[in-house]
Amino acid sequence: MQPPPLHVGAEPPPQPVLEEEPPPPPGSPRHIAWARRRAAVRQFWAAYRKDKMGLAGLSILLVFIAVAIYAVFADDTGLSITEATGPRLDPPSLEYPFGTDIQGRSVFTLTLHGSKISLLVGLSATVITMVIGSAVGLIAGFRGGWIDQLLMRITDWGLVIPWLMLAISLAAIFGQSLFVIILVIGLTTWPSTARLVRSQTLSVRERPYVERSRALGASNWHLVSRHVLPNVMPVIMANTVLIVAIAILSETALSFLGLGDPLGKSWGSILERASDGGAATRGAWWWLGAPGLCIVLVVLAFTMIGFALDQIINPRLRER
Amino acid sequence: MSGVEASRPSIDQDEPPVLEIRDLVVTFAGRIGLLSGLLGKEATSARAVDGVNLELRRGEVLALAGESGCGKTTTARAVMGLLRPDRGEILFEGKPLGRHLQKYRRRVQMVFQDPTGSLNPRQTIYEIVAEGLRIHKIHRGPAGETEEQLVARALTRAGLRPPERFFMLYPHELSGGQRQRVVIAGALALDPDLIVADEPVSNLDASVRGEILSLLLKLRDELRISILIVTHDLGLAWTVADRVAIMYLGRIVETGPAEEVLLRPLHPYTRALLDVVPEAGGIDRPYLTGEPPDPTNVPSGCRFHPRCPRVADGTSATYGVEALCRDEDLDLVELRPGHVAACHLANVDAEAATRTGSATATAEPNGQTS
Repeated sequence: MQPPPLHVGAEPPPQPVLEEEPPPPPGSPRHIAWARRRAAVRQFWAAYRKDKMGLAGLSILLVFIAVAIYAVFADDTGLSITEATGPRLDPPSLEYPFGTDIQGRSVFTLTLHGSKISLLVGLSATVITMVIGSAVGLIAGFRGGWIDQLLMRITDWGLVIPWLMLAISLAAIFGQSLFVIILVIGLTTWPSTARLVRSQTLSVRERPYVERSRALGASNWHLVSRHVLPNVMPVIMANTVLIVAIAILSETALSFLGLGDPLGKSWGSILERASDGGAATRGAWWWLGAPGLCIVLVVLAFTMIGFALDQIINPRLRER
Repeated sequence: MSGVEASRPSIDQDEPPVLEIRDLVVTFAGRIGLLSGLLGKEATSARAVDGVNLELRRGEVLALAGESGCGKTTTARAVMGLLRPDRGEILFEGKPLGRHLQKYRRRVQMVFQDPTGSLNPRQTIYEIVAEGLRIHKIHRGPAGETEEQLVARALTRAGLRPPERFFMLYPHELSGGQRQRVVIAGALALDPDLIVADEPVSNLDASVRGEILSLLLKLRDELRISILIVTHDLGLAWTVADRVAIMYLGRIVETGPAEEVLLRPLHPYTRALLDVVPEAGGIDRPYLTGEPPDPTNVPSGCRFHPRCPRVADGTSATYGVEALCRDEDLDLVELRPGHVAACHLANVDAEAATRTGSATATAEPNGQTS
């Protein structure tokens, strides 16, 4: 990288954009606070780096993220049946690394573009799950009483109902689109998160510093946002990563059952078409294998990261 | 003790009390199962605090002492508005605590028993001390100080010098004594009129205890803060308190000036507690055995009678009050100026003293055996 050119002469250097909030002078509390935060991140990374499983998971994930970002800008001709160029059900070759499907499309191109959808659905559904699950868990755990009872009964209901049935019904009601898939997965996965967050909230709520803050005159909002949430956050983060894996699998399952976006090209929908097209009986293992392997790898990556985070965050596991 | 006594500013007895507790009752409802409920069983509730009256004046240190489970912490928590009393009133500067505690909480601060637990591990010392200021949206001090200056002053007052060095530390980087100073600094940041300290030193080691206690006394002297200190340790009450209230099973059984109560106790329970305090010249025998009775099942008569050594050794029978001790509940009676107690035996004793007009007789029936 080139150093920025020095400004010489009468022209004043351009002001940084942060005009309303000037950078805190060195030595001021905010400056040191940021320095401490950076140190905490470094410390976390030092702990994470020691975890081989976590590093492996992170590397796999970074590869897939790079692929998905590439796919956003990549040429998407060849996705449509009308643009199919190859022979039908051609085994992997130099021209078609993952072979071709029954219409002669490159499975490699399909899988490449499928990564976008699968990751997008996985991450968006996870955001919905985390927001609902954390909110329900925090409110139930912190407020207690009948609110807790009510929210937990709803959560229990969500836990015991077979999610696939619920998802199928919801997809049937709302129609088939990417957005509905995201919504359906988000709405069916939050209960386990809510349970987890609630249990952690119950424990943090009883800590003396929460009482100290209450005695200082803090409102419930202050208590939750300043004391409970920051201390529940690590658990939420570790859980999030595992939820992404579940969400990607759910998307695959729904798409495989034909409930996905009929125009979308996710890994699940490739699998669906492969199954419909008789990939297994025709011996076209590449058609099922390529997207299948991708799903397994991404889910594995998220799971490995999740376990690694859990190891670092949970001091009892760290002892080992 | 007398040395500390001499330097204290006098407490104005005519001034209305800063804090007044009137007939405070706090009960904890027992849990009841669905089946027992259907069978018509009543949930047993424990009266943790059962009719407590207390007064605290400006610049006064009042020690609320008693065994664990006697309701002293519950009283403190009720004073802080952390739990709602079932009956009775808490008045701050003559005004009862209403539903809106925001203003009150700005002026009354609590120091907790466990300094490690009362500091959020994810906040810096600066954030912890500034929390009260931020909650009450105090951006400037009375003399136009910035938040940073106010925090620095609170830390300095709490004896953490130079304050800037502590700003960005996290609680786990401090020692136990320093943590308790941070808790005190957090309380001082709001310039309180009253500090409620619940066992402020019982988790600290002996060398730090003295520091924290003298810090509290210094604050009392310099800032005229009233302090309600909850403790199980009469030795501590002896060192710091102007007045002592002894609590047993949800009631106050004896109150008076610290010197009076601790040197000439009227209630056998107070005496029993004193007997295990080395500073009081305690004797090496377990005077009081067992635990306080179950608060869901308070004994009849004087609540202390099942454990009272005076009942056990027949003294109360000799003076003909044993039946009263067993059956008749009693109120606090002022037996000496400013010194009240709830004991049938002490009442008899005081009557005898007024009859004969001799002060020496008072020490006799209830007197120390040494």
